[in-house]
Amino acid sequence: MEWETVIGLEIHAQLATRSKIFSGAATVYGAEANVQACAVDLGLPGVLPVLNAKVVEMAIRFGLAVNAEIPSRSVFARKNYFYPDLPKGYQISQYEHPIVSKGRIDIKLEDGSTKTIGITRAHLEEDAGKSVHEGFGNFTGIDLNRAGTPLIEIVSEPDMRSAKEAVAYMKKIHSIVRYLEICDGNMQEGSFRCDANVSIRPKGQKEFGTRSELKNLNSFKFVELAINHEVERQIDILESGGKVIQETRLYDPNKNETRSMRSKEEANDYRYFPDPDLLPVEIDKETIERIRSTLPELPDAKKQRFMDEYRLSEYDSEILTANKDMAAYFEKAIQSADGEAKLCANWIMGDLSAVLNRENRDIMESPVTPEMLGGLILRIKDNTISSKIAKEIFEAMWDGEGDAGTIIEKKGLRQVTDAGAIEKLVDEVIVESPAQVEQYQNSTPEKQGKLIGYFVGQIMKKSQGKANPEQVNELLINKLKTD
Amino acid sequence: MHKKNIAELVQVLQHRDISSVELTRLVLERCTNINQKLNCFISITPEHALLQAKLADEKINQGNAGPLTGIPIAQKDIFCTDGVKTSCGSKMLDNFIAPYDATVVEKLNNAGMVMIGKTNMDEFAMGSSNETSFYGPVLNPWDMDRVPGGSSGGSAAAVAARLVPVATGTDTGGSIRQPASLCGITGLKPTYGRISRYGMIAFASSLDQGGPMTRTAEDAALIMNAIAGFDERDSTSAENPVEDYTQHLNNSIAGLKIGLPKEYFDEQLNPDIGRIIHEGVKELEKLGANVKEISLPGSKLSIPVYYVVAPAECSSNLARFDGVRFGYRCNDPEDLSDLYCRSRGEGFGREVKRRIMIGTYVLSAGYYDAYYLKAQKIRRLIRDEFRQALSKVDVIIGPTAPGPAFRINELLDDPITMYLSDIYTVSVNLAGLPAISIPAGMLGGLPVGMQVIGNYFAEPRLLNIAHRFQQVTHWHKLAPAGFD
Amino acid sequence: MLLHKSDIDKIAWLARLAIAEHDVSNYTRDLSNILDLVEQMDQVETGEIEAMAHPLEIPARLRPDEITENNQKDHFQQVAPAVKNGHYLVPKVIE
Repeated sequence: MEWETVIGLEIHAQLATRSKIFSGAATVYGAEANVQACAVDLGLPGVLPVLNAKVVEMAIRFGLAVNAEIPSRSVFARKNYFYPDLPKGYQISQYEHPIVSKGRIDIKLEDGSTKTIGITRAHLEEDAGKSVHEGFGNFTGIDLNRAGTPLIEIVSEPDMRSAKEAVAYMKKIHSIVRYLEICDGNMQEGSFRCDANVSIRPKGQKEFGTRSELKNLNSFKFVELAINHEVERQIDILESGGKVIQETRLYDPNKNETRSMRSKEEANDYRYFPDPDLLPVEIDKETIERIRSTLPELPDAKKQRFMDEYRLSEYDSEILTANKDMAAYFEKAIQSADGEAKLCANWIMGDLSAVLNRENRDIMESPVTPEMLGGLILRIKDNTISSKIAKEIFEAMWDGEGDAGTIIEKKGLRQVTDAGAIEKLVDEVIVESPAQVEQYQNSTPEKQGKLIGYFVGQIMKKSQGKANPEQVNELLINKLKTD
Repeated sequence: MHKKNIAELVQVLQHRDISSVELTRLVLERCTNINQKLNCFISITPEHALLQAKLADEKINQGNAGPLTGIPIAQKDIFCTDGVKTSCGSKMLDNFIAPYDATVVEKLNNAGMVMIGKTNMDEFAMGSSNETSFYGPVLNPWDMDRVPGGSSGGSAAAVAARLVPVATGTDTGGSIRQPASLCGITGLKPTYGRISRYGMIAFASSLDQGGPMTRTAEDAALIMNAIAGFDERDSTSAENPVEDYTQHLNNSIAGLKIGLPKEYFDEQLNPDIGRIIHEGVKELEKLGANVKEISLPGSKLSIPVYYVVAPAECSSNLARFDGVRFGYRCNDPEDLSDLYCRSRGEGFGREVKRRIMIGTYVLSAGYYDAYYLKAQKIRRLIRDEFRQALSKVDVIIGPTAPGPAFRINELLDDPITMYLSDIYTVSVNLAGLPAISIPAGMLGGLPVGMQVIGNYFAEPRLLNIAHRFQQVTHWHKLAPAGFD
Repeated sequence: MLLHKSDIDKIAWLARLAIAEHDVSNYTRDLSNILDLVEQMDQVETGEIEAMAHPLEIPARLRPDEITENNQKDHFQQVAPAVKNGHYLVPKVIE
């Protein structure tokens, strides 16, 4: 039977505030255990929550960015359950009246088409603390520094049909929250994480199958692996005549498998009710418009502009604008490169991205600044250097040897464009390669195009890469002509 | 000295007839002695008190004294007091030294008051007799076989027995007014949001409100001046401007429109109580007030509604008592569930467990609409009825409690009848209105309180009426035999 | 509403309250009685009435995003039943 996968994601993004959602304690990551847990975060008897204004503004920014309605009134509710990292025995969240209601975003599929994914809602809630299982013998240690950190939970419609679509959606949301500067997007530190609801159904069937909820998906790679694994598991069950049961499953990246968390699921009854310590949040039209006016250019709009303004392909524009910082880097580099958009794009997506990846660094902390890259591209464009030499200069810039001009002079890498000097090299190579010359001259023009590469290679070698390749090409073709 | 009220003590202190330290020593001694009989304190805090008294004397000597400087006060043990045990009447918090001050405590400290101790109360303020306290029942100074009411029973008994001129209370369904009525003192439950709830251990967040318990309305006004007002740490704190509550005490009440709800005077009310309230109202009529009958049909449902809303909120509010970060923790828990279930099972008393379980039930899947949501809808009906009534009359008057103080153990095993003793008080909490109970007569040697309910933020009016009433009556001046 | 022993077991578990076996019948009786009292609410038709969750009908007041709390870990942990290396301790949790 052919199966169809149905996926919905619940993304938790930590909002980048200075203080917590309901208290004035700091939210900095990585502090010593419990030093950032104040009386309110600890749920001491008698304490009360007071909502952080920034959190509301950030949620509205998100809502507007995903074309969502912002209801005039939203309500905080208590989700009641006992867990050691949940100090009050309830989590303050939103239930019936979230701050952001229906929205949607577009994602790009592999075949180049666009698909719209619905967003059911996004609501505000407080994060829990952390349980530390190692180092306490027969005990678990509880660190409540993270308790009360603001989260926005973004719930999608079950609109995705493959793990790849789910990843594309998650990447798009990641890109949006970073553009909006409401979340640092740091997945290692858990600032951006997701749960996936996965089910399968026979292709063509309307009703959804029974879903399982996959927890602990804290990288794009794991989302893809976990969903694919879960789909396989469900197919195996159904094809062997079994039934999928609705449950929460934890993904284990080390073993690439999911396992049931039935213990946590047991008798779940969260007893949501409006939090009587907090009054409804009211948001008027003026506030929404004020916030709308401060929204930055978002990925889709920027992509379109890159296509229009810089004449870049959709593919290039998509990659460059997926990351706000990369897009900014690109636009700065162009300014120093006399508008050479395509070359800038190629360098950023090629050499720069490769070395950033290799060294695991952020584009913002690249030792090759956009101005330096732009300067390098200018030297290519004005024929001072060849593309090949440019790569060598780029590596030297990365290693801190200065800007392109300095390196070119220091290493004598200026391109040879003197016609006499180039002709001398061409003649030398022709003399040294009689067999190749004969083969060339007896070939069809089409084949000649390929064979000429040999001569060019030899000449570049002799010139240590400095000969202007176009001049070399032109001269060779003339000299090798038989008639 | 113990016979004096706040207004009188201020005079004595300001004239340096006695220092605050001397006064505090007298009060501490009297409290320590009498507490052995009445059990109205959970903690008496001499060191803390004498330190504050010394500071008060410095202020007085420097001429910087305020209207409450050096005056002794007792705090209900529901208010967190930095460095002092704050038990909430529960084994759960028997070992809890609060690491911070409640806003109310902070404000009274700043006003220069001297805290003598923390008063006994029903466990987590759940009870109407003070018998649910882990620390044992408080005895009513008027008859030591009887309860003082609850949950602020220790505060009421301490003020009635002339141990302190004022104690704080909290009122979720009548917990200031009912014990004030049963002990013959003045108890004001302010408008919801008027007094900060920060640091006041929550029972039912949408109903809880702190307030003063004093002998006179004038003293209540002085305390209100210190504790009322907006608090940025409490999201449910009202930003309405605070008035000087003493300013209108002596205003005439001629033309005052009083509504008497017929439902408050039906066959369920002890006829003697009804007679006393009518006599009290007559006194007000003599002062120029006009009386008319009104109807609050929804008030009949206030007890059912209350026993959904309050337990629902309490079941969630009390979830934080889990033996992990503070409070009671069971011995040698086998695992996490055992830690939770036994710490809570052993740390909470029977009435608290009943209410947590009721609250858990009415919020649980399948029952939420039939109980919780239904109750919140009727709550609106009750509130709207009050609003409508208060657009036609200035205040509503009725009994505070259906009878005088009952005997210890009389209702302990009958929760339903115990719940019904709040029948005239809970609707006020559901609506969030202010109300005051003032002594209005005696029945068989026991005091009877009259309840005056006002519109939102009408505390000055309530205090004015109570004060004028106290100028022409002597009920508030009566002291129980042996405590005068 | 007449509750059964199984209801009490379920509620007590949700509320994490250990109830002694011999006491379950008492709670069953008390809670059933309380629910009977509460069910007087059924006398009123409440169809379209909006629920009133709170007596204050004003919108939430928001606080500025400022750090106002400093580290009081040691102070707060003085009242904690079990602490090690700055962590609160609970019996080992198996996830």
